[in-house]
Amino acid sequence: MTIILLLVATLATIALWWLSHQRLMEKPWLETGPAEAFRGVTAGGMPAEKIALGVFLAVVSSLFALFASAYSMRMHMASDWRSLPLPWLLWPNTIVLFLSSLAMGWAQIAVRRGDAASLRKALLAGGASAFLFLVGQLMAWQQLAEGGFYLAANPANAFFYLLTALHGLHLLGGLVAWGRTIVRTGRSTAARWMTLSVDLCALYWHFMLLVWLAILALLLHG
Amino acid sequence: MGEATAKPLDGRGHAEVPEDDLYHATSWWTKYVFSQDAKVIALQYSATALAAGFVALVLSWLMRLQLGFPDSLSIIDQNQYYQVITMHGMIMVVYLLTALLLGGFGNYLIPLMVGARDMAFPYLNMLSYWTYLLAVLVLMSSFFVPGGPTGAGWTLYPPQAILSGTPGRDAGIVLMLVSLIIFIIGFTMGGLNYVVTVLQGRARGMTMMRLPLTVWGIFTASVMALLAFPALFVGAVMLLFDRLLGTSFFMPAIVEMGQPLGYSGGSPILFQHMFWFFGHPEVYIVALPAFGIVSDLISTHARRNIFGYRMMVWAIVIIGFLSFAVWAHHMYVSGMHPYFGFFFATTTLIIAVPTALKVYNWVLTLWRGDIHLTVPMLFALGFIVTFVNGGLTGLFLGNAVLDVPLSDTMFVVAHFHMVMGVAPILVIFGAIYHWYPKATGRMMHEAMGKFHFWVTFIGSYAIFFPLHYLGLMGVPRRYHAMGEMSDIPLSTGELNALVSVAAFIVGFAQLVFVFNLIWSLRHGAAAGGNPWRATTLEWQTPETPPGHGNWGRELPVVYRWAYDYSVPGAMQDFLPQNQPPSAQATRSAAP
Repeated sequence: MTIILLLVATLATIALWWLSHQRLMEKPWLETGPAEAFRGVTAGGMPAEKIALGVFLAVVSSLFALFASAYSMRMHMASDWRSLPLPWLLWPNTIVLFLSSLAMGWAQIAVRRGDAASLRKALLAGGASAFLFLVGQLMAWQQLAEGGFYLAANPANAFFYLLTALHGLHLLGGLVAWGRTIVRTGRSTAARWMTLSVDLCALYWHFMLLVWLAILALLLHG
Repeated sequence: MGEATAKPLDGRGHAEVPEDDLYHATSWWTKYVFSQDAKVIALQYSATALAAGFVALVLSWLMRLQLGFPDSLSIIDQNQYYQVITMHGMIMVVYLLTALLLGGFGNYLIPLMVGARDMAFPYLNMLSYWTYLLAVLVLMSSFFVPGGPTGAGWTLYPPQAILSGTPGRDAGIVLMLVSLIIFIIGFTMGGLNYVVTVLQGRARGMTMMRLPLTVWGIFTASVMALLAFPALFVGAVMLLFDRLLGTSFFMPAIVEMGQPLGYSGGSPILFQHMFWFFGHPEVYIVALPAFGIVSDLISTHARRNIFGYRMMVWAIVIIGFLSFAVWAHHMYVSGMHPYFGFFFATTTLIIAVPTALKVYNWVLTLWRGDIHLTVPMLFALGFIVTFVNGGLTGLFLGNAVLDVPLSDTMFVVAHFHMVMGVAPILVIFGAIYHWYPKATGRMMHEAMGKFHFWVTFIGSYAIFFPLHYLGLMGVPRRYHAMGEMSDIPLSTGELNALVSVAAFIVGFAQLVFVFNLIWSLRHGAAAGGNPWRATTLEWQTPETPPGHGNWGRELPVVYRWAYDYSVPGAMQDFLPQNQPPSAQATRSAAP
């Protein structure tokens, strides 16, 4: 449970940092007065959608950290763990996912420049490469199955299929949001909307890349 | 979010979205059924949760008939007994308490109390309710499948949860796990809304330190639930894999009826870690909203500002953090390194400090207060007593050495029913009596309410207090029938019979409550906008019940904290949060 506890500690630190800006030491019963005096601590600023995605990413982190905890505990709890040889396809897949993330970064630049043509291109590249990654993952599964590494044969195999499937499903969810974004590029959408949509997609893409790298590290570890 | 909910994103907080930008329902269906209005969603959540709760109540009757009168009124066999306790436990903890406190009260109170027009993401909010309803339906459907619901116990411990000797092994356990997974997905949608609305939806002037404690409680509990429910999700997914796909995450090598099963090397302890990493925060996910609500009830009905507001906030936050570091105190008897036991016993005792601090502050708020023994206040007082009672037995069970002999006895049943069964339910009742006038415009009938309180309060003591003694005498939990046991006196059977009679009386008293809920809808006295003369924003809405968009044309502006009661020199004895300082002496209450 070390991994999840480390994550909880990290999130707790962020929460404490935020709380320390909420004037927790003030005596609210003495401070009556117009709102303007407290402008710094009233709501506003960052769009709600961005905060929601941030909170959601914390939830997803918790989910994957718990799986990682279970992974490392199960590995040492019995002597039946047989690490499976990672299919070589995972490496090109990783590169594809990295390129996908890069394309999303490109989209962020394009939307800020107001360059509609390259925005569309960047988004298409980002989505298509993410899709390619998913196909690649399915082919990696096939490689493993052909090699006789079935789901129920060993806990290492089971974790491999489970973690990759879960990561793939999250990416698939991201592709839904990506689809909505790309539809929006075809319409006349306010620039603020567009920028926010692209920003959120890019953030999610970078995060899914990080999660994938963490899963890969876990798989290499044992 | 659907296109219908799209609103311009120009960096303004949601609170400042003008009324015309809100989603507007256009038909009866979108207004009352597929509504995106948090108030309607709150009522849908509450009604569904209460309905599930009544199913669980009937299950507890079946259980009590068996335990109280094993020879004469036994209408369920061993397998059905296990199915009944499992469903009773899971429904009450997850589908009633969590859903009602966060989905019900969270949805109704957060936007109104922080001064927002609605939740941050109304469409997602609607989706959250329908996902929750689906989870409830999947769970309930397990009563009607071959083999019936699972009888694994509410903790669903493998290996027995998925072995063929356990009732409901074929379909019941699968439906249970799938239902939990759906519930968690639905909750995550709702939880994101609660957290973001508190962060971004607050009205002008509503600093975090001016929030009513109800919002603090629900907010902190939502954050905790968002991080803790994934643990149950992980456990449920992996157990489902073990059951359906033959993996060995949790299942060790087992020989069943002479036949070796295909499992090997899995660890049941791993499941326990996952389950309780969710399970312990869950106690506080239920308790923190109750803490918050009870603070507001006590302050309002004792006409006194809450004692130590800052400490109350800090205590909520500290409890939230600590609750993630105590989970293994549920696993003392699973076998662990003595130093781990020492560590978890210590953290468990430390968490008692902020909790006790809250109890002192409630009592000090009452001290020399102008206590009105209204129905909500009675329930709030009942909560304090019950919670202290259940908390004290927690000190016994939190110590590894004392837990070992008490574990799996009725003492444990008594403890958790007192602390997270009866106590939060009393708050829920109090809260319903308190906010019903706002939601419907009418008061609930007071005499019926008082009858409901006294029977429920005294009755639940008659049920759960004797269970402590049964447990100390060695009566185990989860036993269908005691039979002849030399070490347990026969008189325990008589005590069990008394407990069962009390359980029936308390159960029937809830029918009075339901009748009151429906009767008052048409016949209750008109409540007006602010019948309890309360300070918080939800009582200052221009309409009662609040209309779509909550605040009419202009959003409220907040000038003070939530607890200005018995203010010297004020015309009324309270100052609403949105009352400007200059108008202190002249403005009348309840706009």
